[in-house]
Amino acid sequence: MNATTAPVQAGYNFAYLDEHTKRMIRRALLKAVAIPGYQVPFGSREMPLPYGWGTGGIQVTAALIGPDDVLKVIDQGADDTTNAVNIRSFFAKVAGVATTTRTTEATLIQTRHRIPETPLAEGQILVFQVPIPEPLRWLEPRETETRTMHALREYGLMHVKLYEDIVRHGRIATTYDYPVIVNDHYLMRPSPIPKFDNPKLHRNPALMLFGAGREKRVYAVPPYTDVRSLDFDDHPFAVERWEEPCALCASTEAYLDEIILDDKGGRMFVCSDTEYCAVRQEAGHKGAMAP
Amino acid sequence: MYVAVKGGERAIAQSHVLLADARRGDAAVPELSIAQIRGQMRLAVARVMSEGALYDEDLAALAIKQAAGDLIEAIFLLRAYRTTLPRLADSEPIDTSRMRLSRRISAAFKDLPGGQILGPTYDYTQRLLDFSLMDESAEIGTADSGPSPNPVETTVAPRVTDLLDRQGLLESEACPAGDPPPPDLTREPLLFPVDRTARLQNLARGDEGFLLALGYSTQRGYSTTHPFAGEIRFGTVPVEVFVEELGFAVEIGEVELTECQLITGFEGGSEEAPRFTRGYGLSFGHSERKAMAMALVDRALRARELGEDTEQPANNEEFMLSHSDNVEASGFVQHLKLPHYVDFQTNLELLRRLREEWEANHGNTAAPAEPPAVPATMEAA
Repeated sequence: MNATTAPVQAGYNFAYLDEHTKRMIRRALLKAVAIPGYQVPFGSREMPLPYGWGTGGIQVTAALIGPDDVLKVIDQGADDTTNAVNIRSFFAKVAGVATTTRTTEATLIQTRHRIPETPLAEGQILVFQVPIPEPLRWLEPRETETRTMHALREYGLMHVKLYEDIVRHGRIATTYDYPVIVNDHYLMRPSPIPKFDNPKLHRNPALMLFGAGREKRVYAVPPYTDVRSLDFDDHPFAVERWEEPCALCASTEAYLDEIILDDKGGRMFVCSDTEYCAVRQEAGHKGAMAP
Repeated sequence: MYVAVKGGERAIAQSHVLLADARRGDAAVPELSIAQIRGQMRLAVARVMSEGALYDEDLAALAIKQAAGDLIEAIFLLRAYRTTLPRLADSEPIDTSRMRLSRRISAAFKDLPGGQILGPTYDYTQRLLDFSLMDESAEIGTADSGPSPNPVETTVAPRVTDLLDRQGLLESEACPAGDPPPPDLTREPLLFPVDRTARLQNLARGDEGFLLALGYSTQRGYSTTHPFAGEIRFGTVPVEVFVEELGFAVEIGEVELTECQLITGFEGGSEEAPRFTRGYGLSFGHSERKAMAMALVDRALRARELGEDTEQPANNEEFMLSHSDNVEASGFVQHLKLPHYVDFQTNLELLRRLREEWEANHGNTAAPAEPPAVPATMEAA
């Protein structure tokens, strides 16, 4: 595969999917936007990347992307993780669109496991890759049952699970894919983003779309929608915190990855959002271990 | 000094070069041709076509070559190709009673119209490694040394199930008037509960190993079927397409198929006389193991419809159909290779905090003999 931007691949439609399939996906997305947090079944296609590696997000992106879009792809917050590189080069190849690493320049951002630190703006679309869309799956594996539970807002089981966490561990022990209530109705998995990112879902000006290819579901959080992380009055929702700032850009507000430096216990913490970190360093912010 | 991980694109490009080298192997050994794979690995080709859901022997052989013999990878390659193909027409339903038989056996009757045709099968071989096959030059010379098989006869024979059906002993499977067209699982999501047409589609594409293991489980007591191999047939069936302009169906080609009809008992009830029921398996090419396993699972999944116990895994429609697809399963299992730094970090952070609390509560004596359980958040990510 040619990793550099190349002319659109011959023999394939623009953005790989045929136009009928794109329209089918867009219809499902419109329904998803109309019913925030509701999982809409769709005729997910087999894609040339493996299931579990972003096929849902890729199909959503393929259905929406146009020649004028600017695409950013991140995995774990970084633009240059292998799968992000692969997906970005896929769209450069089959759609010939401009790609960027700059969050502010992108019209479409496909992401796995993070929401960028740089606030999103109106008109931007954030596409999440979703492995398991059903928040109740580990509490009730039968889809025929969970559909009814969603319809009746019967989410007591999830509250009991969180309560059991508190009894056993003294706190809620869910750290990523932390369940949220969207628009006061549907319980939703925000995909495996750290709960650190959950507050960014709330009333975000960008359109947030979620694609689960293997499970054949899409769902959405439209701009400025209420998204509440589940909690209890005496155990309010709280995000992760670190004892030290980013070692490269000195940010105290970003999600940090831990990097093991040697086999003697040496480690450092750096921003998981590589673009955010680079922009801060360019602006003159220097962490303790900045080059 | 930590340097932000860069160069993913160059590393991927280099990985592709290494992959191409590894696939080709020793350049001193002649390269495999598609014709060789198609002609000499016909059973691998059959499996890739069945589970790849595309009848094209050359493309299946190409996929096997490209995948270096990894059949699930080859199935994935073929599936990813087939989704891009336009739908030109739907064929008429194929009629396996018109099959030109290469092999046909029944374990339920000693003899029957059309007879038992053994055909090419490993069933009656002794599994002794044939070292003469290692000598490739000798193989050409010995090709005509054995007794030459009878000239191929065009054998067509009625299906065993049709014979039983005529006597009313077997549930009838005539297509009812106004039967709706079947759903297309390659275009529509699988929504539970599903009908048998969708189930059979799912099983036809399902992983042979998965169906084999779960079909096997029904024979070991994890379900209650008592199957007989009513008939297993392998041969060639014409494919016809109805042409509006002509007003009749036109044969456009032939496909090789393996069909398995299992016959199982049914108690009957106040409204129905006792009769045999069926489990059905169908696959492209010659693939009896797959067709039989599929038929076992099909029958097990009819438990609800027939008022039988539905306690066992093989009877559980959501469980079976959600996990039968090897392209889905392979992708999701192997996605664990993708980076999970963020999720892992968030678990690390929680674990450290829980351990601090645990040590504070238990005094800072010796190393904790029983560290707190890892929080139950290791779900799929």
